[in-house]
Amino acid sequence: MSANGDPLVSVRGLKTYYSIRGSFLDRLIGKTGAAVRAVDDVSFDLRKGEVLGLVGESGSGKTTLGRTLLGLVPATEGQVIFEGQDITRLHERDLRDIRRRVQIVFQDPHASLNPAMTIAQAVGHPLQIHGLADDKAVVRLRVAEVLERVGLAPAEQFMDKYPSDLSGGQKQRAVIARAIILNPVLLVADEPVSMLDMSVRAKILELMLGLKNDFDLTYLYITHDLATAKFFCDRIAIMYLGRIVEIGPSAAIYEDPKHPYTQALLKAIPEPDPRRTIPRDLPRGEVPDASRPPLGCSFHPRCPRAFEVCGWEARDLKDLLERRWVGMEEEAYEAEQAAVGAVQPLDVAETHAQLPTSGSGGGAEVRAILDGARAADPAEPFWTGVREIRDVDGRVEVDFQEPVEPRLLPAGSVEVECHLYDEEALAEAARRRSTSIPG
Amino acid sequence: MSSAGPVLDVRNLRVWYGSLRGQVRAVDGVSLEIDAGDVLGLVGESGCGKSTLGRGILGLLPEGARADGEVLYRGRNLVTMSQRDLRRLRGPELGLIFQEPMTRLNPLLRIEDQFRETIEQHDSKLTDADVRRRSLDTLGRMGIPPTRFRQYPHEFSGGMRQRIMIALALVLRPSLLVADEPTTSLDVIVEAQILRILADLKENFDTALLLITHNLGIVAEACDRVAVMYAGQIAEEGPARDVFADPKHPYTRELLRSTISLDTTELHSIPGAPPNLISPPSGCRFHPRCPDVMQVCPARDPIETQPDPDRRVLCWLHGPEQEIPAGGTQRLERPELAVAEEA
Repeated sequence: MSANGDPLVSVRGLKTYYSIRGSFLDRLIGKTGAAVRAVDDVSFDLRKGEVLGLVGESGSGKTTLGRTLLGLVPATEGQVIFEGQDITRLHERDLRDIRRRVQIVFQDPHASLNPAMTIAQAVGHPLQIHGLADDKAVVRLRVAEVLERVGLAPAEQFMDKYPSDLSGGQKQRAVIARAIILNPVLLVADEPVSMLDMSVRAKILELMLGLKNDFDLTYLYITHDLATAKFFCDRIAIMYLGRIVEIGPSAAIYEDPKHPYTQALLKAIPEPDPRRTIPRDLPRGEVPDASRPPLGCSFHPRCPRAFEVCGWEARDLKDLLERRWVGMEEEAYEAEQAAVGAVQPLDVAETHAQLPTSGSGGGAEVRAILDGARAADPAEPFWTGVREIRDVDGRVEVDFQEPVEPRLLPAGSVEVECHLYDEEALAEAARRRSTSIPG
Repeated sequence: MSSAGPVLDVRNLRVWYGSLRGQVRAVDGVSLEIDAGDVLGLVGESGCGKSTLGRGILGLLPEGARADGEVLYRGRNLVTMSQRDLRRLRGPELGLIFQEPMTRLNPLLRIEDQFRETIEQHDSKLTDADVRRRSLDTLGRMGIPPTRFRQYPHEFSGGMRQRIMIALALVLRPSLLVADEPTTSLDVIVEAQILRILADLKENFDTALLLITHNLGIVAEACDRVAVMYAGQIAEEGPARDVFADPKHPYTRELLRSTISLDTTELHSIPGAPPNLISPPSGCRFHPRCPDVMQVCPARDPIETQPDPDRRVLCWLHGPEQEIPAGGTQRLERPELAVAEEA
């Protein structure tokens, strides 16, 4: 699994945004819609001969990143340099050459094969598309060769079958055969085993490792599954909401995960060991909406170790109140809800909030609610982000600490995007702590 | 709650349905018990019949499927019960949680109305305030804030929807809950959050839970007992801790070995593929793939034995010796299996 260090692909400042159409009225008045930042300023090198794991949960942008590398999705900004060429600027015709060199295996083998094509037709199709072989007998010979290589042997037994005659594992083998028939240098594998049964997964991974050695391939292995990535990858990049939050050698990531998100992911995997129980100290909530990412570090609303500079905002106050009301006695909840007003106005990415959210008066009650919440859980990271709570005209105003944008910085043998490993951010937090105005 | 006997007692349940190629015996002589507050994990690969078993227990089999044997719920046999009586039990007594929460919630109804509909169907005398209190209480236990009570399903994330589904299943306090792959479409952290909730059911609701999954990790962490299913039968059953530490059936052992976990240092797989259930292998259904296969295995159907007082296994390695013909324990050489045979 040795990687010789030369980058095969260099990704620099890559952004892939999907625009969301606004309403008809918005378009009429020329207002542009919001954008989902599927990939948001990502840089990394893929070295020749390595297996790089791109690991993240749904909505992390890992699949979009893989597709942007193949030119299947246009990049919004940044570069993808493959063999000296920036493929984000290539025309469709020039991309075709690149696509011969870069192949993809998708997650769902049932959907990746045309049900109306025989296995021989499907696997030989790339040869025809790229004009590499016209003679049917030549194509058939080559198809038989790759089918046997991926374990569909004897090939004659499979060539004239249709996908529906094959099992899931066999179909995925055919898809892999189709990917290697053009002798690519890079294979992007997007969840290649996650739809397969446990007893079949190992066989497909073994096949992929064998092919890598035989054909001198480089892999980008996209997955949500940290367990297969650990076994399969030389290096791992952990993605969260469009960004790489930690990247480094697999051994380092698994032995000593740095980012609180990586730590949480590793802890949450259900291990087949009954001496283990489900951890209780899991991050709360879920991956947020990528069209409205949290301020500062995207992980801060869920992070058990977030502090002053991580990006606290009005939405965090909304979450805090809602968490407080979960399971509260109905009357107590209704009284508090009435004092605070509707929580919807707090659903904004701002470092300032007013309570109650509508009307005037009731500041004293709101103050008591906030004090109660703080007393109930003084260690809650949210409170580090509150710069000042003021009483103004019978209302309560909350000012949050200004966010500091996280940066991907070296930490030991990995790089991590977390303020806990950023000396400047830590110093800034300490400075603010000494000057913040106690509520 | 009476402590007399298990909440669910399945005895020799068979479920089969016709197909163009013949009769599919999806569940073939399964016996199971679940006590109040216990979590039984039903684990197996796709096509082993685990989902059919779950539905068979609740009488929710598709058109054309037939069942015999007994599913005793608090002593009443659900297999022979009329659809009308069954419907009356579903909700207040029997609950079901599916894999895809979005497809099971009515997209046009506010969460509040979904709860009202569920509760009123079984208890129409409750006042609005009672309905509301009961719903909010159950939602609160699942971590859903009351501020979201009047929202529509699409306004919730996947994990929240699954919490709502679980709350809907629990609001009538059923004694038995069947959860079919309840976390399969969720992210790993959210999956762990939901498993935590399910594992805590016994403390909060005293519900007996049948948790159907393909993931051995989930069984290990969330279940008291585990039943390993292969080709329509229970290969092995016992306390989860014991079964994982010392699997008695070669299938369980091989399945554990082929599971890729953070501790995996080398890949392992089971040769071959699960059989089709139209014409399963003779004798022990696992024998064509079994590394320990003996002369007796293809010749005779295995007989369930109890290697430990609290465990049972369907494998000739554990006897009964008096039923094995002379020379039956000699090894049987397996022909090499090609990929062509694989799943």
